[in-house]
Amino acid sequence: MQALFGQLLVGLINGAFYAMLSLGLAVIFGLLNIINFTHGAQYMMGAFCAWFLLNKAGVGYWWSLLIAPVVVGAFGMLIERTMLARLYKLDHLYGLLLTFGLALIIQGLFRNEFGSSGMPYQIPTELAGGLNLGFMFLPKYRAWVIIASLAVCFSTWYVIERTKLGSYLRAATENPALVQAFGINVPRMITLTFGFGVGLAALAGVMAAPIYQVNPLMGADMIIVVFAVVVIGGMGSIMGAILTGFGLGVVEGLTKYFYAEASNTVIFVIMVIVLLIKPAGLFGRER
Amino acid sequence: MLESPGALDPRTYTGTGGPLLGVSALNAWYGESHVLHGVAFEVLPGEVVTLLGRNGAGKTTTLKSIMGIVPRREGSIAFEGRETSTLPSNRIARLGIAYCPEERGIFASLNVEENLLLPPLVREGGLSEAQIYELFPNLKERRKSQGTKLSGGEQQMLAIGRILRTGARLLLLDEPTEGLAPVIVQQIGRTIGRLKSQGFTILLVEQNFRFASTVADRHYVLENGRVVDMIPNPELEANMKKLHEYLGV
Repeated sequence: MQALFGQLLVGLINGAFYAMLSLGLAVIFGLLNIINFTHGAQYMMGAFCAWFLLNKAGVGYWWSLLIAPVVVGAFGMLIERTMLARLYKLDHLYGLLLTFGLALIIQGLFRNEFGSSGMPYQIPTELAGGLNLGFMFLPKYRAWVIIASLAVCFSTWYVIERTKLGSYLRAATENPALVQAFGINVPRMITLTFGFGVGLAALAGVMAAPIYQVNPLMGADMIIVVFAVVVIGGMGSIMGAILTGFGLGVVEGLTKYFYAEASNTVIFVIMVIVLLIKPAGLFGRER
Repeated sequence: MLESPGALDPRTYTGTGGPLLGVSALNAWYGESHVLHGVAFEVLPGEVVTLLGRNGAGKTTTLKSIMGIVPRREGSIAFEGRETSTLPSNRIARLGIAYCPEERGIFASLNVEENLLLPPLVREGGLSEAQIYELFPNLKERRKSQGTKLSGGEQQMLAIGRILRTGARLLLLDEPTEGLAPVIVQQIGRTIGRLKSQGFTILLVEQNFRFASTVADRHYVLENGRVVDMIPNPELEANMKKLHEYLGV
């Protein structure tokens, strides 16, 4: 039983990261119609940003949660303004190729500089240790990651689906020219949305730093699974990204317990089945 | 977000007695195809003016050029004496021009109320939400429905209603009666009359000149991207033969 709950916890933790990353991808895809392949590299940059802040500037985890998303988000907005904005009139394949190239460049630069072995990042003292729940031992930091990720995901969902700002975003996803003709600065909104999506990846990176090590390839490993999650959930669906992220994390965890050999492939098997039965994804709308 | 309108309310606007909207030598292109060839006309404060013409004459493109949503436009478009032809569409909207597209542009991912409240307020003096529901009672009953679940007529009411809130004084309406039942067409006609009496200025694109004659002060006739004639509404009867030739009906 202990082992089952242990794997369930690992699954929930992975699911928390899948959810935050696929949420950022969904937000970006919805408004920009761009599949952001740089997302994994930006997640990695978030973790590195936290590592730098701690080791070079003495700034701890809590401030990093705020600073890293802002810094990496600003970097994202720079890319959007200088490069992606030129591609909107073309097929979205071009945006995918550009972001894929950027991801390789960024990862290459970090790998040259830091090698591919990971660097440790301390769990903040407030969250060290754990709680004995009787049936299992729950490390406090992991509980924090799950709760914080749920809070971030559902606040994002709330803002997009239930607020005035969100109605601008949803409307601009459908018909940006008309929304702009109502007096809304859509290009600026697109830039800020991209910055927000990238910021979410960086936030996930900071939260991941104490669990997985800080490693130039951490994003590359993660992003492949996250893209499978996005395909299963359906491109562009906010709630779909969140539920599928957590759900597949749990499925992966349970597979580790019941049939460990399949745990690395189970998500991709599900992806194939979903693509065959419902090509738009579980929560996606056919276009 | 709010930019200073920097101009007077058209209800009291006298300026130099000039037009609220003055268009001259307007050219517009979609890619390689040159659609407008020097369109020129003007709209005085408080007027209802229609653009008549056959399919493809450039009526819709003229509205889109005023709103700044064609790929390329040249020439002069002055609103309240201010040149707008170089501004992006969001700045043009903020000056007090609102646009109701031919395809209505109701957002499927927004409910009726969200659609209605979407366009930001650009000036004082727009209708309140309650006044709009009073004008179009159907919308109130269905305000939690998905925007695109409404009937065609209700969608048209929503598309007009949502631009009345913003305080814009010049309304660009692209074929608001297209494909609607006669009783709805009458309701939209009454609405346009009421808006005129409240001081709104309206530039209307119409195929249906019988409808146009019940609401408009003047008519401009477009042919192949040019204004070829201007007919004041009282002289419409006398010009019926000419008009039939223009419109090919």
